[in-house]
Amino acid sequence: MEKVCRDKKCHKKPVKSRRALNRSMAGNVTLFVFMGICGVFMAIPLIFVASNAFKPLDELFRYPPRLFPRNPSLDNFADLRVLMSNSWVPFSRYILNTIIITGGGTLGHVMVASMAAYPLAKHDFPGKNILFGVVVLSLMFTWQVTQVPNYLIISKLGINNTYLAVILPAFSYGLGLYLMKQFMEQIPDSLIESARLDGASEYRIYRSVIMPNVKPAWLTLAVLQFQTMWGNTGSQFLRDEQLKPLQYALLQIVNSGPARQGAAAVVTLIIAVIPITFFVICQSSIIETMTTSGMKE
Amino acid sequence: MKTNVGIEKSGRRPFGALFKSTTREWSLINRIIKNKASYVLIAPYFILFFVFTVLPVAMSMTLSFTSFNVLEPPKFIGWGNYIRLFLNDDIFRIAIKNTLIFAVITGPISYLMCLLFAWIINEFKGKIRAFITLIFYAPSISGNAYVVWNLILRGDKYGILNGILLRLDLIDNAIIWMKTEKYVLMFLIIVQLWLSLGTGFLTFIAGLQTIDKTLYESAAIDGIKNRWQELWYITLPSMKPQLLFGAVMQITQSFAVADISVNLAGNPSVNYAGTTIVTHLMDYGSIRYEMGYASAIATVLFILMVGSNKAVQRLLRKVGT
Repeated sequence: MEKVCRDKKCHKKPVKSRRALNRSMAGNVTLFVFMGICGVFMAIPLIFVASNAFKPLDELFRYPPRLFPRNPSLDNFADLRVLMSNSWVPFSRYILNTIIITGGGTLGHVMVASMAAYPLAKHDFPGKNILFGVVVLSLMFTWQVTQVPNYLIISKLGINNTYLAVILPAFSYGLGLYLMKQFMEQIPDSLIESARLDGASEYRIYRSVIMPNVKPAWLTLAVLQFQTMWGNTGSQFLRDEQLKPLQYALLQIVNSGPARQGAAAVVTLIIAVIPITFFVICQSSIIETMTTSGMKE
Repeated sequence: MKTNVGIEKSGRRPFGALFKSTTREWSLINRIIKNKASYVLIAPYFILFFVFTVLPVAMSMTLSFTSFNVLEPPKFIGWGNYIRLFLNDDIFRIAIKNTLIFAVITGPISYLMCLLFAWIINEFKGKIRAFITLIFYAPSISGNAYVVWNLILRGDKYGILNGILLRLDLIDNAIIWMKTEKYVLMFLIIVQLWLSLGTGFLTFIAGLQTIDKTLYESAAIDGIKNRWQELWYITLPSMKPQLLFGAVMQITQSFAVADISVNLAGNPSVNYAGTTIVTHLMDYGSIRYEMGYASAIATVLFILMVGSNKAVQRLLRKVGT
């Protein structure tokens, strides 16, 4: 954190408790009450998602609806298992597809983006600023803009209806490169310089100096990329039922009408819980990465 | 590697100079050769980035001047698509109006929400802080969990909102919220705001952590009275880079609303009350296969997104200077 110490006050001076500074009791209470109310509003829909999964069917259609189930049961989970075992393509296949697609897309993205981030952060080569500028520009629009041509390009490349159609474009998402590059900039140059004096090649420096020092960043990239890949149904590019990911199969159940409301409630819970779990595990690394995410002039 | 830094910054060369082997050109070539490793390292990313991001944007702009149905080769029709879009397509006009209302409301509000909540969360410590962060961030990564709003907004008495209002005697009959034109946009905005505490929010939380605590102490000595003055005079100016990045995240997503509209209001929604540029684009791109026309819509969307991002960046950079 040496960059924070701009003025001379950084020398270990007894720091007064910050809480005491400029904090009125009334202000604290107001803010915390406000936060509590907002938190409840944010949480209620998700609590519904969770509790619906445990409601027996008659409670799902109860009037007036209840937030918490009166007789929690695992019937819905059993329903979902029946549905899954009756599915035309075995569910294990969907799960395998998801592992290939999210695993491949996430690993590849972290690798490729961090390889590109190192020179952008630490080397000074012609064209660097333009290239990074274009990546920043790409953060300013969403994938829908390029949807039509992407379809044409993927068909031309002959990878339509293969895993690659979903995995390859994911390697080059802009946000990951951006966050990684900003994070790498704070690695001290002296570290790289001394490795260079020891005769290490740039590839070696990338592998054994840079990568071990940006662990929070690649965890972050992995989690963010996983969130995107997990939500991808691949329906634009994957026509064969055998290639489709779990997300697609699960959404089919959600959209299959009121008779399957119970199973659908479980599905919604599963879809939400998995990325949330990853975030909980990696939260501190993600926040650490975000400290360097600012845009410089 | 560091010795040649000055050269690139010394301004543009006249075009003719490219063909003369002056020392300057040689040093540029030398620098490229010397940095061979850099280019090798960035190559995999930028090749893919070019193929799947740069090229598609260029193609989209080109195709927007053609009539193209994928089966036959594209036919150049000049400004035809744009003329049709702005003069003859009533639904597009509704879409653009809805998208702008959406962006103008959810963009700034979600931005302020991210900032406000991050700022309050910064007062907490440890586990509680992590927990509150999770509560606010979770909706944005919970996939299709927003369909639970369908239960809340259901049009019969089983709907939660109707249930509450009926019990409080505020309404006599259940209201079919998402099929009543005047309510559709309002509820979509609420759901969108619920979903909008994403990457920008995390950035602000992180940014607030990095602010030098001693700044607050010296500010207290200099006469800063309360936390509002602290926020305005110290906190915000200190986290300007994060504010800029957060703005990009929030603005971009505020223009891309589509899935929630389709899943909550239906497609097409009642009197197109929930139609946005993206749903219109999906309609032409993936249902009607009018790729030239869809590309024109995509280009308008691109210009809107990038243009408003650039404008807001310019505005925010001025803050505190």
